[in-house]
Amino acid sequence: MTSHLPALQVVLPLIAAPICFLIRQRTVVRVWATLVAWASFAIALALLSEATRGTISYSMGGWAPPLGIEYRIDLANAYLLVIVTAIASVVLPFGRTGMGLDLAEGREYLFYSAFLLCLTGLLGIAITGDAFNVFVFVEIMSLSSYILISLGKGRRAKKAAFYYLTMGTIGGTFYLLGVGLLYQMTGTLNMADIAKHLPEVLGTRTVLVAFAFVMVGTSIKLAVFPLHQWLPNAYTYAPDNVSAFLAATATKVSYYVLVRVVFTLFGAGFVFGVLRLHWILMPLALAAMFVGSLAAIYQTNIKRLLAYSSIAQVGYMALGLSLHNVNGLAGGMMHLFNHAMMKGGLFLVVACVALRVGTRVDDFRGLGRRMPLTMAAFVIGGLSLIGVPGTVGFVSKWYLVKGALDHGWLAVAIAILLSSLLAVVYIWRIIELAYFEEPPPTPAGKEPVTEVGFSMLVPTWILIGATIVFGLQTDLTAGLATAAASQLLGVVP
Amino acid sequence: MSGRATPPPPGAPMRMYEKAILRVVSRGLTPFILLFALYVQFHGDFGPGGGFQAGVIFAAGVILHGLIFGLEDAQRVFPPRVVEVLLAVGWLLYSGTGVACLLLGGDFLDYDALNPHHPAHGQHLGLLLIEGGVGITVTAAMTTIYYKFAGRGTR
Repeated sequence: MTSHLPALQVVLPLIAAPICFLIRQRTVVRVWATLVAWASFAIALALLSEATRGTISYSMGGWAPPLGIEYRIDLANAYLLVIVTAIASVVLPFGRTGMGLDLAEGREYLFYSAFLLCLTGLLGIAITGDAFNVFVFVEIMSLSSYILISLGKGRRAKKAAFYYLTMGTIGGTFYLLGVGLLYQMTGTLNMADIAKHLPEVLGTRTVLVAFAFVMVGTSIKLAVFPLHQWLPNAYTYAPDNVSAFLAATATKVSYYVLVRVVFTLFGAGFVFGVLRLHWILMPLALAAMFVGSLAAIYQTNIKRLLAYSSIAQVGYMALGLSLHNVNGLAGGMMHLFNHAMMKGGLFLVVACVALRVGTRVDDFRGLGRRMPLTMAAFVIGGLSLIGVPGTVGFVSKWYLVKGALDHGWLAVAIAILLSSLLAVVYIWRIIELAYFEEPPPTPAGKEPVTEVGFSMLVPTWILIGATIVFGLQTDLTAGLATAAASQLLGVVP
Repeated sequence: MSGRATPPPPGAPMRMYEKAILRVVSRGLTPFILLFALYVQFHGDFGPGGGFQAGVIFAAGVILHGLIFGLEDAQRVFPPRVVEVLLAVGWLLYSGTGVACLLLGGDFLDYDALNPHHPAHGQHLGLLLIEGGVGITVTAAMTTIYYKFAGRGTR
């Protein structure tokens, strides 16, 4: 059965999703979905340990590649599978069943079904080695995430979901157009096979247009500045645990697609040597780092603040890609993992706070005393976002700076440090409110604000704890990311 | 399908089923639409068609009936709860076929494994099953979308 793990990785959540429809009972459904996520996590770990020994190839339906759909797992996507399943495993058991959802009583199973479908899509994008299959899974992931976002309370969630739907559809269509043109030129959809045939037609205008379509389409999904407009509202109005899940996974998977397209399909030599993509992507990445952080400083809603911070973090990842050397790309890949942990953790903290007081920044006043454990988690996550040594944020920024210095681009290295200072500003605002201000008096007839329960604290602290563990013990993530980056760049480590 | 509904209150605009042409034509057509859907479904592996098209055609029959004779009438024949379960059943039939292939020793969706002695028969059976799954789910999905939209005004 172990030889079928690549198929099971995707098929397990895919089959589990309709079963939610048949179970219907809300607590049972949640336990079921959680168990499925944990099983997926176990499969992903098994695949990772197998992928370190060599690339895995699985042919769907017994049709050998390049004719059939191939699931191809090397270090880069094995790493991503672990991240996505880990986040899902932590987020699903978080809080009470159906918490904060705009769903009628007894319809919560729809949420878990959509969640598992979203997981299916994310895992499918990561695992497949077929360019068209990526599109199919992108659609599965996107459609289910529109549902998840629209389940947020209030009308604004619906509007945000619809806006995301519009942008996401454009992104998906652009990707599909690009893949269609590539198919026309190479006659194949298998990524490895496209990469083999592409050099023959590389200079043609069709391939250039295909590249542009695929890049822009994927960049919309990744929310690269200035294509990020859908992101703040989507993350702000989505249900709290959905914000945590999507912030930690959806943009990461899009980043992976971008990396795949650039390094596996077209090759670094063409993209950076001939097209000089870094002269476009790097200024945009730098702009994202500053614009995202500056916008975050002025937000009055904590979820929106974190969403703008996400745009800045996407900037760091895009910067890692545009550095196109081992250190830079490894920094980008590592930031993918690290940002998933810290932003996932921070959104869970916000979910805890939202349950007790609200999501306005002002609601954090004096919370350091009222909710000590939650706020401690926020402090650690915030320090990691800034990039303080001892947290994961430091490790990935360190590699990015090293990557910039490898090119001799001192200004880029300085920009990374300067934008980190902006993160200090928006994180410090919250910390100051929480620890140095008096809590507002409890209104008469209301319970005073207290710490949230274990079902919320434990998942939060798992993610926040991981930012410290992997910040001190860097061998695993740095080693994996460097190996994956070397594999992508075709360099012997 | 009974094709009968409660009489409208006096002064209300004429309902669709009160128009003879609509009533007679739609009632005459519905069985043929449903039959044609089944033809497209089961002829899918030899000619154009398949589960998706068949599902849409079948749902079109249901929707036509609902449009003419009212939502409640369509829902008496295809209760929303049943449709919702069918949504999952078709989906499970598809993926279940894939898993059956896995359990019988093939790759996921490798229908050869369904009949090791005669792989062509295995392919035939596998295709029939997954197209059946697609047909059921698409029918249920289209019907659900119609129910949701049509049901909005009356709530």
